[in-house]
Amino acid sequence: MRGTPKGAVIIGASAGALEALSSILPALPAGYPLPIFVIVHLPPNKRSVLAEIFNIKCRLRAIEAEDKEPVEPGVIYFAPPNYHLLLEGRSNIALSGEEAVLFSRPSIDVAFESASEAWGDRLTGIVLTGANHDGARGLQAIGRSGGTMIVQDPASAYAQAMPEAAMLASPNAHVFTLPEISSYLLSNFQ
Amino acid sequence: MTETFEKIEDIEIRLLLEALYHRYHYDFRNYAMSSIRRRLRQAREQLGFSTISAMQEGVLHDTDMLPQMLRYLTIQVSEMFRDPSYFLAIREKVVPHLRTYPSLKIWIAGCSAGEELYSFVILFREEGLEERTLFYATDINPDALAHAETGIYDIERIRLFTENHRQAGGKTSLSDYYTSGYNRCVLDKSLRRNVVFSDHSLVTDQVFGEMQFVSCRNVMIYFDRPLQNRAVGLFRDSLPHNAFLGLGAKETLRFSTHVDSFREFVREEKIYQRNGE
Repeated sequence: MRGTPKGAVIIGASAGALEALSSILPALPAGYPLPIFVIVHLPPNKRSVLAEIFNIKCRLRAIEAEDKEPVEPGVIYFAPPNYHLLLEGRSNIALSGEEAVLFSRPSIDVAFESASEAWGDRLTGIVLTGANHDGARGLQAIGRSGGTMIVQDPASAYAQAMPEAAMLASPNAHVFTLPEISSYLLSNFQ
Repeated sequence: MTETFEKIEDIEIRLLLEALYHRYHYDFRNYAMSSIRRRLRQAREQLGFSTISAMQEGVLHDTDMLPQMLRYLTIQVSEMFRDPSYFLAIREKVVPHLRTYPSLKIWIAGCSAGEELYSFVILFREEGLEERTLFYATDINPDALAHAETGIYDIERIRLFTENHRQAGGKTSLSDYYTSGYNRCVLDKSLRRNVVFSDHSLVTDQVFGEMQFVSCRNVMIYFDRPLQNRAVGLFRDSLPHNAFLGLGAKETLRFSTHVDSFREFVREEKIYQRNGE
């Protein structure tokens, strides 16, 4: 353990997630000071290989979160299929089998809202490509708590609906292309 | 301002949980706050209270509210043969050990509406172990227990249950065990021959017998870590040397104070075996 991190990043993605995440996560340097939570819509009854893929691609450690997993800086935590990911304060992840929200479990809204309660203005929320409206409400919650809101530029997204819904709900969110998101994550925390 | 508001809400939540405990002896005080907060907000909105404090007044003075609160505070999400690979591993790797016992006790802790219980009974019948087994099905929610005792499920869930059962290595057809009509299916009452249903709390109650297998899946994820340690402690004390503990797919003993009392038996299915002392 390297002590409590100073902030956190949470990312939500759906259709087109793999490609979008592949341009953001591997760009993060070893020793990155913040924990990164990643919520991707996945089929409920299949094992996910996302964490394994990104653990190979990234300089940071990527794992699929288990219940009460301690939160450490510089670790990428993927929400497991068929569970909601919640933050139990700043120190632990808690999983939940509560009902799907907007047909999704994990739900981006649920994770974002919970993270905003734990991290307040120390949280950066990012809504990437996707073909539904999940994440819009969660990003609003992050904005209300003073956190940073980022939406992938829909023009550059594989599926526009999710970033568009997030922009509509949070008109003052930053709208960035994937390379801009990467440089934001790097510049702000080095 | 927002932050002040949220802190007040957390105070209200703690007070409500105290009220539930002192009035009805249901103890949610060590449940994971992140999830409790969500569910109490949902309850407040859907039951039409302006604040959680107002809901607390209702809880204290109106006994009819208790079942409603329990419905929000206990999660009733399950399937028959949920995570079929878990049941396949029990069939292939645990059952051969269980066969060596002349009699067996199995504890389904947090049985909710009974889906997991009946999955065990059917698997044990298929493997010829049912006759020598006593199944304990426990939960804190009396409505869930009553539902479990009826063995009645919506017909639209049966397709999923049937597919799960097949993937779990089912040796019979699930349709052998139920009759259907009026959009529901009724499990054969013979499945309950060796079942004891009981109200039991992992939070406030004690060990009640020596088990060969405890299955407690997706129950302790709603507990904070100290409470998880208490619950795992009950299982440890219920399980003799070489007996088994099964957890949910994303639960782990890695962070438990009792981690050394168990070894991984089927790692990827979260089936643990009790170590000797």
